Amino acid sequence: MCLGIPGQVKEVYEENGVLMGRADFGGIMKEICLAYVPEIQVGEYTIVHVGFGISILDEQSAQESLALFRQMGALEENLGLEQQQ
Amino acid sequence: MSATPDFEGWSCPLPLRDHPNIVLGHGGGGKLTAELVESLFVPAFRNDVLQRLGDSSVLPALAGRLAYTTDSFVVQPLFFPGGSIGELAVNGTVNDLAMSGATPLYLSAAFILEEGLPVATLGAIVARMAAAAERAGVTIVTGDTKVVDRGHGDGVFINTSGIGLVPEGLDIGPALACPGDVVIVSGTIGDHGMAIMSVREGLEFESLIQSDCAPLSGLVADMLGVSTEIHVLRDATRGGLAAVLNEIAAASGVGISLRERSIPVTPAVASACDLLGMDPMHVANEGKLVAIVARTQAEPILARMREHPLGAQAAIIGEVVDRHPGMVVASTGIGGTRVVAMQIGEQLPRIC
Amino acid sequence: MKYLAEFRDEALARRLLDDIARTTTKDWALMEVCGGQTHSIIRNGIDQLLPPSIELIHGPGCPVCVTPLETIDKALAIAAMPGVIFCSFGDMLRVPGSGKDLLTVKSEGGEVRIVYSPLDAVRIARENPGRGVVFFGISFETTAPANAMAVVQARKEGLGNFSMLVSHVLVPPAIEAILSSPTNRVQAFLAAGHVCAVMGYRQYLPIVDQHHVPIVVTGFEPLDVLEGIRRAVWQLEEGRAEVENAYARAVTLEGNAPAQRILEQVFEVTDRNWRGIGSIPQSGWQLNDAYREFDAAARYGVSSIATQESSICRSGEVLQGMIKPNQCAAFGKECTPRKPLGATMVSSEGACAAYYQYGRFMELEKSSA
Repeated sequence: MCLGIPGQVKEVYEENGVLMGRADFGGIMKEICLAYVPEIQVGEYTIVHVGFGISILDEQSAQESLALFRQMGALEENLGLEQQQ
Repeated sequence: MSATPDFEGWSCPLPLRDHPNIVLGHGGGGKLTAELVESLFVPAFRNDVLQRLGDSSVLPALAGRLAYTTDSFVVQPLFFPGGSIGELAVNGTVNDLAMSGATPLYLSAAFILEEGLPVATLGAIVARMAAAAERAGVTIVTGDTKVVDRGHGDGVFINTSGIGLVPEGLDIGPALACPGDVVIVSGTIGDHGMAIMSVREGLEFESLIQSDCAPLSGLVADMLGVSTEIHVLRDATRGGLAAVLNEIAAASGVGISLRERSIPVTPAVASACDLLGMDPMHVANEGKLVAIVARTQAEPILARMREHPLGAQAAIIGEVVDRHPGMVVASTGIGGTRVVAMQIGEQLPRIC
Repeated sequence: MKYLAEFRDEALARRLLDDIARTTTKDWALMEVCGGQTHSIIRNGIDQLLPPSIELIHGPGCPVCVTPLETIDKALAIAAMPGVIFCSFGDMLRVPGSGKDLLTVKSEGGEVRIVYSPLDAVRIARENPGRGVVFFGISFETTAPANAMAVVQARKEGLGNFSMLVSHVLVPPAIEAILSSPTNRVQAFLAAGHVCAVMGYRQYLPIVDQHHVPIVVTGFEPLDVLEGIRRAVWQLEEGRAEVENAYARAVTLEGNAPAQRILEQVFEVTDRNWRGIGSIPQSGWQLNDAYREFDAAARYGVSSIATQESSICRSGEVLQGMIKPNQCAAFGKECTPRKPLGATMVSSEGACAAYYQYGRFMELEKSSA
């Protein structure tokens, strides 16, 4: 119900009346169904679960989250350093 | 995409009767069998002993302790990226011998063929076996062929057994790991299993992953040349690294402690495992060994392994401890702890 | 893999853990609802890295765990029928019904195939017009759109030989049921990130208002799980109760509109039996009238199969966090990963299976200390 990993869409096409595509998962290529992310562009990432893109990955949001984690504890570290001095 | 069998390199020196496919008669012991042996098996495996075509093959006298093993091979599909059932059948048995420290010498090869199997397919498999045997320095000296009714066979089943010579004084076995020993793996894990998965019906994906099927006897000989304080050698086939380490921990009554970040995995295998929800530690290998060696010898052995083409990515991945006997425990990528248990049955892809 | 590896970074995990440790002043019990999150917690060893005052209760978040016994028995009955090709995700193959599992049926001659996507089952139906192709449609909301598409596609192509054995369950009713239980200990929830990618998280707002519990939409990689926990703990420490989205790169408030439209088109809400928990009203989906012809249970005449759960299995109480696995009398004795009585022991993210491995390790560590 949960296993979903980000794939980068490389190709978009229609097959049997359904929007399909090929996505690159870290070097592995797999055909996936894009019917639920019809506005996705080649080059964008989608979270793929059982062969379906269920969400377009917000890359800016991802970077913001990582930046937040990198900031974490920075204030405490600085305080700690000041106390040592 | 499935691998297309490459039949180049196989040619039939004597024309077979007009049978493009295997029929029940090929297993009957009469003319059809004789033809198959003489025009397909013997020319491929090409050696004096086999050519005598006796019911049994008499070998030259061997001085020393013998290692003896057998294995059967039932893989589907028969041809996959990086290999076929042919190479598996030879290398699997060669590697089992090598894990005792033996120099592999002679193999037997018994075939159970499904009626309807194209003879050209069998020829291609046999050619691969011949090439693998030459690469491993072994000769295939005796064999057998049976044929089963269509629908009862999966194409080809192969059993090989093998004999090798064990150097004097060498004692290597799964019960000999000691606390303080170091755990080394000879290279990246999960390649074979994921290569098979990539062409497995219903789960196929496109990748450059190739089976790592290879004979490890040369690598083992090099390692023993550095030091004989190698306590355990195991090839990490079915059940993968996890199965082998659990078996050793149980047999030796020790604990094994691993560092996940040290375990070599190619990015493609890691991605394929992420895609299918699988753990590389439980995925089969066909050309990788685990060595448990005395701590003081670990670095020199590792260095020598890395000079061998099959050990270029060898790595120290953990150590043997006297805590948690029988269990394999790993420090995870984020510094947590997890128990690496044996899989019950085959690892299956998951969605959850 | 991009957008995966960065969220497994050890140094950043340490920062998150330190923040959680700094913030935690009291005992808190959190529940993660999703089996994938449970898997990540166990796989990465997250629960022992947390301060001991934080307890993670592994909730009923895996469809393997909650699929009722009779549904499994229906699957086994259909898979054993001659002429049927039974397609399933790998997860379900070893879940025991009353005495067997799908792997056993396969070994007895049933044609059981593992598929990666429900569309693979449609393809098999297309390629085998003379055979009945049945897809085992177990899911939470995440998988339901994919399962729905399979049925829509089968209708479009006129694949009369395709049908689906449906067992869909919904997360918000389960959370409600847990919160309404008089023995509930859960103080905050980590909501299932990919369920929310499909459904959005608007459904949790009334739950938070009514029960005053924090609900944090959480992803699956180690940093995602830790961030979900961190935000939940902050809320608890500050006495707040809100819905927060800690998986913003994949989840929006409204979720996936095209997917929700197809779900409307194909399914209708129904009461559902959850294995080990019992019936939760309006907690599942079934094929609606427009698509009822694709219901495999009706087509193969197995609707009336009813079975009895093992009387000694307490996986329901484990799923709701009421007992720990080792408090069940059968744990480690009649019930082990090798011969599981309930799905919490079969599933690798089942609380009992996880406890079996890790619990044993902890005992050995203590005894050698």
